[in-house]
Amino acid sequence: MVLADMSSELSGRVAIVTGGASGIGAASAALLAAAGATVIVADLQEAGGPESGAGRFVAHDVASEDSWKALLADVLGREGRLDIMVNNAGISGGPGNIETTTVENWQQVQAIDSEGVFLGSKYAIEGMKKTGPGKPAIKGSIVNVSSIAGLIGGAGPTAYTAAKGAVRLMSKSVALYCAEQKYDIRCNSVHPGGVDTAIFNPLWQAMGHEQGKAFIGARHPIGRMSEPSELGEIILFLASDRSSFMTGAEIAADGGITAGLMRRSLLAPS
Amino acid sequence: MPRLDGKVVLLSGGASGIGAATARLVVGEGGKAVLADRDEAKGRALAEALGAAAHFVPLDVVQEPSWQAAVAATTEKFGALHGLLNAAGVGVRNTIEDCTLEEYRRINDINSLGTFLGCKSAIGAMKEAGGGSIVNISSVLGLRGAAHAMAYSASKGAVRTLTKNVALHCAQMKYNIRCNSVHPGYIDTPMIAPRLEQNAGNMTGRQSLEELHPLGRLGRAEEVAHMILFLLSNESTFSTGSEFVCDGGLTA
Ligand SMILES: NC(=O)c1ccc[n+]([C@@H]2O[C@H](COP(=O)([O-])OP(=O)(O)OC[C@H]3O[C@@H](n4cnc5c(N)ncnc54)[C@H](O)[C@@H]3O)[C@@H](O)[C@H]2O)c1
Ligand SMILES: NC(=O)c1ccc[n+]([C@@H]2O[C@H](COP(=O)([O-])OP(=O)(O)OC[C@H]3O[C@@H](n4cnc5c(N)ncnc54)[C@H](O)[C@@H]3O)[C@@H](O)[C@H]2O)c1
Repeated sequence: MVLADMSSELSGRVAIVTGGASGIGAASAALLAAAGATVIVADLQEAGGPESGAGRFVAHDVASEDSWKALLADVLGREGRLDIMVNNAGISGGPGNIETTTVENWQQVQAIDSEGVFLGSKYAIEGMKKTGPGKPAIKGSIVNVSSIAGLIGGAGPTAYTAAKGAVRLMSKSVALYCAEQKYDIRCNSVHPGGVDTAIFNPLWQAMGHEQGKAFIGARHPIGRMSEPSELGEIILFLASDRSSFMTGAEIAADGGITAGLMRRSLLAPS
Repeated sequence: MPRLDGKVVLLSGGASGIGAATARLVVGEGGKAVLADRDEAKGRALAEALGAAAHFVPLDVVQEPSWQAAVAATTEKFGALHGLLNAAGVGVRNTIEDCTLEEYRRINDINSLGTFLGCKSAIGAMKEAGGGSIVNISSVLGLRGAAHAMAYSASKGAVRTLTKNVALHCAQMKYNIRCNSVHPGYIDTPMIAPRLEQNAGNMTGRQSLEELHPLGRLGRAEEVAHMILFLLSNESTFSTGSEFVCDGGLTA
């Protein structure tokens, strides 16, 4: 396969990035746009950071099914198609271990981190299937942002760890279903280690940004945290045809954390 | 010496299938079994049949107060809590396209919120007992996806990582409480009975499931119960946060 010029590789394709106003989502939106895709940034908050302006902003709550219906109608109405769905929006839910996590916290985290990805995958398939006659055949890609907390037990709060474990398996089931139905839609999960984003704001406030980054970085074999763009590159790869034989796969981008034996939990005692 | 000498075990889903088979082994190995289930008739009947070392408490795993009451009833009846089996669960077939949000939430509530609440509610009493062992039933579908069990496999994936999170927390806190997950293949219990009736092509439902397993048959509830018994007993004291697969070779 001859790879197209980077700036036109995804031209004509439409991508939705949930949580695209900040962090990993913003970096992914910028890279998808740079590769030629039309990007919809679907987020609760409008982008304000340096990476904003990658795409059209649509106010969206991933936990609300009505919001998904409205978003899909909007995108199919305006852009007329859907090719790429990045289910990235997520919250940590704050500290919480098995003894301190409340039912309320559990349900809030599941609603965004697990049900939000479920709804995002479901409506992605609906939208991609509607990208039909008269338009080039669909080559859909769903990228679900899980976490190393979806692989191991010591990398996140209790409710978050369960939700990310659900996303890992859901992604495989979605992949197998789309393959069985011959939809030409792939689905994969990404499992980041520590990435320097606003999700760590409470830690930055407690320790200072540089010290906090060093503290989390030291827990990675590679000795540092990731920048959001490093995750964006992986999401771009999974969104594009470069990964056309990958479906149901899990990609850890974690500076080596899950490759070997971890000396300490990533978590400060909570 | 019996393998569970005097240990008190609370079993959600204890009225049927894997939970019921485990309750029988617990009593047979000198332990006390508290069967906790929303199926009162079946649970009470089994507890009576098992005699003085068994007891039944009604439980709805999605309600935290119901779990707290079950733990309190256990320590009141038998004086302590050493073991917890989270076996209550529902098996439902659906796909990413036909599953509704309500259905996704219902399955995840019973299978994963229910297991979370079981762990959370039991830890206090286990600390008082000087330690304990929690066994969470996930599934092979907590390890591998399935096109037609989307919500179920998501809920079992949650149980897999939840188990590791609980194990590491208890280890860090030096509670002497272990927590492991069990991943059965298809086991011949009431849960899968409807599927055994559904013919698939020229195969019976049973044959189509048997065929998935290299051993060429379905598992028996007792076979999973023996793995759980090991995890509840002091024979497994160096195992925590681990995945115990019992699947006739399915994931090999
Ligand atoms: N940063 C890390 O270290 C890390 C590690 C592993 C996984 N992740 C995952 O990566 C994803 C992105 O996180 P991030 O680090 O970029 O965080 P972030 O806080 O910088 O960005 C998350 C974005 O999601 C949006 N969002 C939150 N709830 C939403 C909702 N209900 N509907 C729509 N948008 C919503 C927020 O407004 C925000 O813009 C999350 O799923 C997170 O769990 C992050
Ligand atoms: N049978 C299999 O093939 C198989 C395979 C892998 C995993 N599992 C898992 O093993 C566990 C036990 O399943 P089983 O095969 O013995 O099924 P089963 O249907 O025989 O028993 C499940 C029990 O859970 C109880 N239950 C359901 N919802 C409840 C609730 N809200 N509160 C309290 N009790 C509730 C039911 O009343 C029933 O007694 C489940 O978690 C199941 O997902 C079963």
